[in-house]
Amino acid sequence: MSADLSELYQQVILDHNRRPRNRGKLPTANRVAHGDNPTCGDQCNVYLRVDGDRIAEISFDGSGCAISQASASLMTTQLKGKTAIEAVKLYDEFHHIVTTGETPEDISDLAAFAGVHTFPARIKCATLGWHAALNALKGDEAPSTTESHID
Amino acid sequence: MLDSKKIRSDFPILHQQINGHPLVYLDNGATSQKPRAVIDALVRYYERDNSNVHRGLHALSMRATDGYEGARTRIAKFINAADPAEIIFTRGTTESINLVARSWAHAHLKSGDVILTTEMEHHSNLVPWQQAAKAAGATVRYIPVLGTDAEGGLDLAALDTLLTPQVKLFAFTHISNTLGTINPAAELCRRARAVGAITVIDAAQSIGHAPLDVRALGCDFLAFSGHKMCGPTGIGVLYGRQALLDKLAPDETGGGMVVNVTYESATWKPTPERHEAGTPHVAGAIGLAAACDYLDTIGREAIAAHDHTLAQLAMEKLSAIPGIRILGPRAGAERAGLVSFAFPDVHAHDIVTFADEDGLALRGGHHCNQPLMRKLGLTSTTRASFYFYNTADEIDLLVTSLRRIQKFFAGT
Ligand SMILES: Cc1ncc(COP(=O)(O)O)c(C=O)c1O
Repeated sequence: MSADLSELYQQVILDHNRRPRNRGKLPTANRVAHGDNPTCGDQCNVYLRVDGDRIAEISFDGSGCAISQASASLMTTQLKGKTAIEAVKLYDEFHHIVTTGETPEDISDLAAFAGVHTFPARIKCATLGWHAALNALKGDEAPSTTESHID
Repeated sequence: MLDSKKIRSDFPILHQQINGHPLVYLDNGATSQKPRAVIDALVRYYERDNSNVHRGLHALSMRATDGYEGARTRIAKFINAADPAEIIFTRGTTESINLVARSWAHAHLKSGDVILTTEMEHHSNLVPWQQAAKAAGATVRYIPVLGTDAEGGLDLAALDTLLTPQVKLFAFTHISNTLGTINPAAELCRRARAVGAITVIDAAQSIGHAPLDVRALGCDFLAFSGHKMCGPTGIGVLYGRQALLDKLAPDETGGGMVVNVTYESATWKPTPERHEAGTPHVAGAIGLAAACDYLDTIGREAIAAHDHTLAQLAMEKLSAIPGIRILGPRAGAERAGLVSFAFPDVHAHDIVTFADEDGLALRGGHHCNQPLMRKLGLTSTTRASFYFYNTADEIDLLVTSLRRIQKFFAGT
């Protein structure tokens, strides 16, 4: 396997792809958003329970490639407990990582996605869940039963 | 099988390394590669004959016009049209279908009418009909695809109830770009004619892969793209029976298609000019004619046989991979030269990225076929699609690569 490819499919990513964290609907969600990548058919729903201005709980479901699924999974572990402003800041950092390959020292597991930058077609896969999460944060308060939003 | 060594020497692009491996191009369903003969025809045109058509009386303009109209005649012969005037040059399949959807449907569709199509259509042969139906207050009906991944054929028994006199137009694909199904086009046209429906065949995947005869098929319209049959991009054809084309109002208007223009109104030339407003893709048409010549030198019967052999070989070898789900006709059954497949644990995009490492060009995604994917309970598949320059060895490379990918993602 080439260096670029093993950079892309890091152990952290493979692990989140095989054993996604916080996967499934969130029964107590009060925000939900759907993300679509029309070129490849990848889909991602992000469910949030926002408490005051903090993300108290977060989950995701959907289908897509290893990069998009692992990214959404890892994102849920990073966004829990964050405020909207902190979430946007973290996304900006993540976006910088996947587009440039540069990794700030204090960024933890998100750095695993640095390899994406050599595969420009895959950047959208890595950011799909993040877009959905930020949209959910911006969105209006939704009823806590979320089925009707995605079915 | 064809002498692939000799044939491959006609295609400059095939002789390159991708990520340190020889290119294995298995994305012919998306677009085919171009032989030297087609590339040369384009270069020759631009270096020697380039001019606008139908307008000038100077030497170059006459050469360009001769080249362009000669291409029309060549393509008419390629599909056995009765007259070159039945060949309208377009940008490709999509534009050809849209032309019919807008011009024909606009003039003929009424509220309550039905457009019949199938569940296996490419978005290009689906969305234009939805739009036409919406504009007219008509409805679109779909012939179901049989089984899930068992067969991939159309439910022809459903035709009895679906093909009613309300059906004004029946549009279907000759070959499914996702399933590899070859539809019984002549029979479908015959059935449609019996209820007075106009037929539109999407021949994007069949053109250049086997002999094609519009009169034997008995269709009213047929659409295809040059780029899938060794021709250039940006050029395609709408074939239409002359009687229909002459009555059809133009979709686009402008220069080249008018007889007499006043400040108040204009009159149209007969077909084909009336449907080709503006400066056409002269070089593209000439390149497409060169592609017809090239394909007929190889022989379309031989190409079809080669496609068939590769498809059967691929089915046999892919079926042996544990866990693989293959769409469309079963192993042993007739199918076009393409195979779509999915693995439960590895997404198509990851497969395509990994296969690219081995020099393989595959396609992953929904193949412009979202409703069918949804019906099959999938979001994407990986597709390998073949042409006459592909070899049995390349199928082995595909299988080896897939097994390696599967192993990697299984973590073993
Ligand atoms: C069955 C089918 N129809 C229509 C099209 C559209 O062709 P084009 O994009 O050249 O207009 C394609 C191309 O992928 C196809 O496979």
